[in-house]
Amino acid sequence: MITRRSILALTSATLFATTPMIAHAEDWQPRKPIDFVIMAGPGGGADQIARYIQSVAEQKDLTNRPLVPNNKGGGSGAEALIHVNSASDPDHTILVTLNSFFTTPLRQKNLGIDIQSFTPVAMMGVDPFVLWVHKDSGITAFDDYVAKVKEMGGEYVMGGTGAGQEDSIVIAFMSGAYDLDIKYIPYDGGGAVAKDLAGQQIMASVNNPAEAKGFYEAGDFTPLLAFSDERMPAYPDVPTIKELGHDFSYYNQRAVVGAPGMSDEAAAYYQTLFTEIYNSDEWQSYLTSESLSPLWMDASEQRDYWALQVENHQKLLAALGE
Amino acid sequence: MEVLSLLADGMLLSLQPLNLMMILIGVTVGLFIGAMPGLGSVNGVAILLPVTFLVPPGSAIIFLAAIYYGAMYGGAISSITLGIPGASTAVATTFDGRPLARQGKASLALVTAALASFVGGTIANILFTLFAPVLATVALSFGPPEVFALMLLAFATFVGLGGDDIPKTVFSICFGLVLGAVGFDQISGAPRLVLFDYNGFLQGIGFLVLAIGVYGIGEMLWTIEQTRGEVKTTTPKMTAKGMAADTKEATKRGWKGTMIGSFLGFFVGILPAAGATPGSLMSYGVAKMLSRKPEEFGKGHPDGVAAPEAANNSASTGSMLPMLTLGIPGSPTTAILLGGMVIWGLVPGPRLFVDETEFVWGLIGSFYISNLAAVLMNLAFIPVFIWMLRMPFTILAPMIFVLSIAGGYAATRDMFDIWLMVGFGLGAFFLRKFDYPLAPAVLAIVLGPIAEPTLRQSLLLSSGDPSIFFTRPVAGPITIIALILIFLPAIKLLRRKRNTQKKPA
Repeated sequence: MITRRSILALTSATLFATTPMIAHAEDWQPRKPIDFVIMAGPGGGADQIARYIQSVAEQKDLTNRPLVPNNKGGGSGAEALIHVNSASDPDHTILVTLNSFFTTPLRQKNLGIDIQSFTPVAMMGVDPFVLWVHKDSGITAFDDYVAKVKEMGGEYVMGGTGAGQEDSIVIAFMSGAYDLDIKYIPYDGGGAVAKDLAGQQIMASVNNPAEAKGFYEAGDFTPLLAFSDERMPAYPDVPTIKELGHDFSYYNQRAVVGAPGMSDEAAAYYQTLFTEIYNSDEWQSYLTSESLSPLWMDASEQRDYWALQVENHQKLLAALGE
Repeated sequence: MEVLSLLADGMLLSLQPLNLMMILIGVTVGLFIGAMPGLGSVNGVAILLPVTFLVPPGSAIIFLAAIYYGAMYGGAISSITLGIPGASTAVATTFDGRPLARQGKASLALVTAALASFVGGTIANILFTLFAPVLATVALSFGPPEVFALMLLAFATFVGLGGDDIPKTVFSICFGLVLGAVGFDQISGAPRLVLFDYNGFLQGIGFLVLAIGVYGIGEMLWTIEQTRGEVKTTTPKMTAKGMAADTKEATKRGWKGTMIGSFLGFFVGILPAAGATPGSLMSYGVAKMLSRKPEEFGKGHPDGVAAPEAANNSASTGSMLPMLTLGIPGSPTTAILLGGMVIWGLVPGPRLFVDETEFVWGLIGSFYISNLAAVLMNLAFIPVFIWMLRMPFTILAPMIFVLSIAGGYAATRDMFDIWLMVGFGLGAFFLRKFDYPLAPAVLAIVLGPIAEPTLRQSLLLSSGDPSIFFTRPVAGPITIIALILIFLPAIKLLRRKRNTQKKPA
């Protein structure tokens, strides 16, 4: 387990080791508002995080120019990728990503996006997935859920984000593993999915804890199964799919990347900025309260992680028949 | 009543010197940001978010809400005086606001807009105060089929208007729907209608791009062509007596639109998918449909200004409701407010009303005070806005052109959109010469992207069976009313034909 203290020690060690570079980076400062592009529509997990990060930066006065959130959720994030890929000013364009950073370029090769050309900035954490049902369904355990889906014979309705995106991957794996026939309705973001589960327009969802937390605390949602490696501290009674004998876990990455062609000085500036945000009490308590897992990585580790994720998603999408 | 004492406490809270100051500054800043074409409440709230960290959270959210309110009032100002919508929420205000201004009745239009906004805001606040928890359940009962039925109703109000050339209206709607479909498909994630493989089209065609093109550039070209540059300069009255007369006329001829806008706008606003823009467009359509003189709409009827203005204010209060009770923003602006709340440690969602009573009622109380402050500020500034209109057209026309381009660029930060806007302006000019109505196209580009995914989600739910729109308790009646409205003109036409055939026989 990486503690906050060890992260701090690590960061200060890095700072010490690379003092000349950082000193040089101090020279570079944004000259205009920073285009803070979000790969999802308003209200979902990625959007909440982006706005929280922006608020922390504003509150602590970490940037001399503001981060201006810019939602571009169209086409499973393709809209955002194209916008950043062709940014006229790469030094002032950064992107909050989720896993569609990996899947969308794989599914739509004609977009001509090479994610390795993007500039790694910071890995702010990874967000687990949980299977939720409405409390009025009366289902309290995963076994009951499986029985119910089978009984409905193809009429069981679940909602999630667009085709080939995170939610559909998780649901497809679960359906395959338990031989479930689920009717899948795509939405434009996790916020809309949670709202329609609360209104019982759909019967279940695999929202991130951050998106479902409000409804869970109000007693509307029941968590049944977690897709994390270990049980989550906030939901200690919810079993993981691993415990049930399936070697599967799935997280949504909450990372910040820079536009392709960003100068090294600007990249160093943003890396320092987001390290500072990552280490702030605000962000650390956000990770705990919203059940995110820390997964700190430096720039070269992030590139390796991207390559690994592209490989994994290639397999997952192939299994989905995409 | 418990609610009333909570509200009274909330109002007292917002009358504290610091909060009152935040409200006054907020509505004034909002008024001017809203009046700038292209810049709307979204930009205002985003730009001023940092300022709010200097004051306690309660005051900060009051400040942001005041900007939001001010901007809703301000949007009408450029719609009326310049004919360019100040914000997407104020597009419908140009339909009748601009003609009124050209008849020298700009002050009447501005007074109507201000009063309608005030009434809309007040009615919305009262509904909010009394029924917030119940209304949250109403918002939740709207699934994809219900939202689609509502969108169908919105289209119906525009088609089913007697007097207009129906085939041309339908053409205009279809044109807008096609433009709205450009970009990425939400359901499959695949790109569509990427004309000439320009990457610019991948991002879709922004509503503001079309609106500014049509109303800013197209309208100006039309005026130049009509008048050959010799626009009669009207000297609008701006005396206290004139204002009093305007107030009287606005009340007399705009109350119906105000009522329609207030209730319809609020209701559309609480649905997370919709927001204030569809609300104001729908209210305009309904007000025209229910009016005894629908032929006066589009030529300068106060109801045509009152309905969308009452609706956009009412809807902006309404869209606070899903944000506070469900944690889902009903509009881009509330999405930013939501971010602000999270950093102050407030968790929007079903528990907020229980856990943070003081904050919630302080905010609701500030809505009332902001609304009052905004109407007073707005009325006080009307002479200034009128003064703009006294400029010679040769100065005003280039200014409108520059404002349109600069405003369009500010909103999207993309040169591609500017060229598109100029293209739409030229297109709109020619379509207008051939008497094609343009408002339905603007309506379609707003509602199309909401209607299409909900239609497909509904059909996925029902495995392709369209009866889902008739059998659900809420969707059913809405769909049936919409269909009646769509076919009403056709039936009327048939009956008229039969009557004329009978006579000679």
